[in-house]
Amino acid sequence: MKAQKIKRVDLIFDSTSTKEVLVKAIKMKPEEIIQEVLDSGLRGRGGAGFPTGLKWKYAASEKGAVKYIVCNADEGEPGTFKDRQILEDAPRKVYAGMAIAGRAIGAKQGYIYLRGEYRYLLFKLMEELVFFHSRLKELGYDFNIQFRMGSGAYICGEESALFESIEGRRGEPRNKPPFPTVSGLFGKPTVINNVETLVYTVEILDHGAKHFKEMGTSDSRGSKVFSISGDTPKPGIYELELGMTVERFVEEFGDGDTKAVQVGGASGFCVPRKKFRETIIGFEGVPTGGSMILFNSSRSMYNLLHNYLDFFDEESCGQCAPCRVGCQQLLQGVVSVKAGEKDSRYLDELVKLAKTMKIASKCGLGQSVGNAFRTIVEHFREEIIY
Amino acid sequence: MPDQEKLVKELADKHGRKREFLLPILQELVYEKNYLTDESMRYVAKELNISAADVYGTASFYTFLDTELRGKYVIRVCKTISCSMKGKDEILHVICDTLKIDVGETTLDKKFSLLATNCIGWCHKAPAMLINDIPFIELTPSKVTKILQDYIKR
Ligand SMILES: Cc1cc2nc3c(=O)[nH]c(=O)nc-3n(C[C@H](O)[C@H](O)[C@H](O)COP(=O)(O)O)c2cc1C
Ligand code: SF4
Repeated sequence: MKAQKIKRVDLIFDSTSTKEVLVKAIKMKPEEIIQEVLDSGLRGRGGAGFPTGLKWKYAASEKGAVKYIVCNADEGEPGTFKDRQILEDAPRKVYAGMAIAGRAIGAKQGYIYLRGEYRYLLFKLMEELVFFHSRLKELGYDFNIQFRMGSGAYICGEESALFESIEGRRGEPRNKPPFPTVSGLFGKPTVINNVETLVYTVEILDHGAKHFKEMGTSDSRGSKVFSISGDTPKPGIYELELGMTVERFVEEFGDGDTKAVQVGGASGFCVPRKKFRETIIGFEGVPTGGSMILFNSSRSMYNLLHNYLDFFDEESCGQCAPCRVGCQQLLQGVVSVKAGEKDSRYLDELVKLAKTMKIASKCGLGQSVGNAFRTIVEHFREEIIY
Repeated sequence: MPDQEKLVKELADKHGRKREFLLPILQELVYEKNYLTDESMRYVAKELNISAADVYGTASFYTFLDTELRGKYVIRVCKTISCSMKGKDEILHVICDTLKIDVGETTLDKKFSLLATNCIGWCHKAPAMLINDIPFIELTPSKVTKILQDYIKR
């Protein structure tokens, strides 16, 4: 384990012919496609990590003539920019992934929800889509894709908020259950997957489940596209085999003075230097949708915490009190502790509040505010107080 | 027929009048007119046969569907941590100085509005900003000055 180097992988941006994969998919039965994705061990790349094959299987088992495939291209998590690059460099693979998912579950209509910040991509993406639709027609493949744009709301990346938004309403998350595979977009069975997840399904059909499964660990199979920024000499987008420790990661991408890595963006976890060695980047350790931000010793972790709390305070949809009020209180709380208006023990009260938010909030936003909060306050308490 | 009313009608004809087309219509209105006036939202409500309060309630949820006056060019500087670490404050300072406005304000000639925004997905090329749809990345004070001069001339 120790001597192992970080392994670069080249699947997402490789030159796979989407036409060949589509031809292959047409020859397969829907159950066979699902089995292949199940066998690969692929888990969702949008953050939550639900097994993709299982999601497809559930949706396939639903009765009903109308089902939907939704591609989540809302990419709002601070520090994440890989979906933009995938859409820019490999749009046909994204479309193919949707068409394959459609065949697997029996859906003929797909939507791509593209964040407003990426509107500059739309023209080129539409051109590519025209080409893709004509190719599908040639192949006799009955599937259609439409674009819907976001308008600058992070919460619309949450799947049920995203459905609300496509349906023309405020992006307020729904109660779960029912889950999207039962009742999703327009109340129909829906598979929603992240951009990267969909492209991996294309690669899995192309190279075989085994090839994918051989990489990574038992909990985190395969590879993943990372968005790397902050204090690093080589910021950018890297496709890496899963299962590395933060220590290996920092050796490769750090500037020699890394004191912490924020894994998974504002809703992720802060890993301090003393935990680098024992922490695995993946579902068995700290999961990430791809966001990796490095901080060297010149940085104030108070600034990081304040920046994130400000982010959540703005982006909370305000629907439920634990999150709406909680985000405000956490933000005001750390500001007053820093200003010396509140005793440092007040931080412990705030940690309790963050824990309550995890239990009582309606959706993943409010539930994950505490991740960064707790880890930053725990490991960098002095920096928050003084 | 007033200009806004005509435009709303055209957009409703183009997209359709079902609820699901509310956002595409509002998005295109903002694209054409920089922001949503109360008047235009009332026209949308009429076309889609929903209440104006519902249109406003939906629009006001979305940061990019501005319901306040905005200039022809809306500058959105990313304020999230990676851009913040790489000198976002300096960039904002240059823009404020050049345009003589603060964050949240619009120039008197209604040409520019300046806003700070959350992560726009260019953290590896920070600091970054959007002017309307177009991203500008790896900004430096001199680069920003040049970009602004170009826009001022337009
Ligand atoms: C607040 C919040 C924001 C989210 N934003 C995104 C996003 O921008 N992109 C994304 O793919 N998933 C996002 N998700 C996760 C989605 O709800 C959903 O789990 C995901 O799209 C499923 O796709 P996957 O299984 O392929 O990962 C977000 C979740 C929450 C709670
Ligand atoms: S947890 Fe926050 S974002 Fe989620 S529904 Fe409640 S208020 Fe909205």
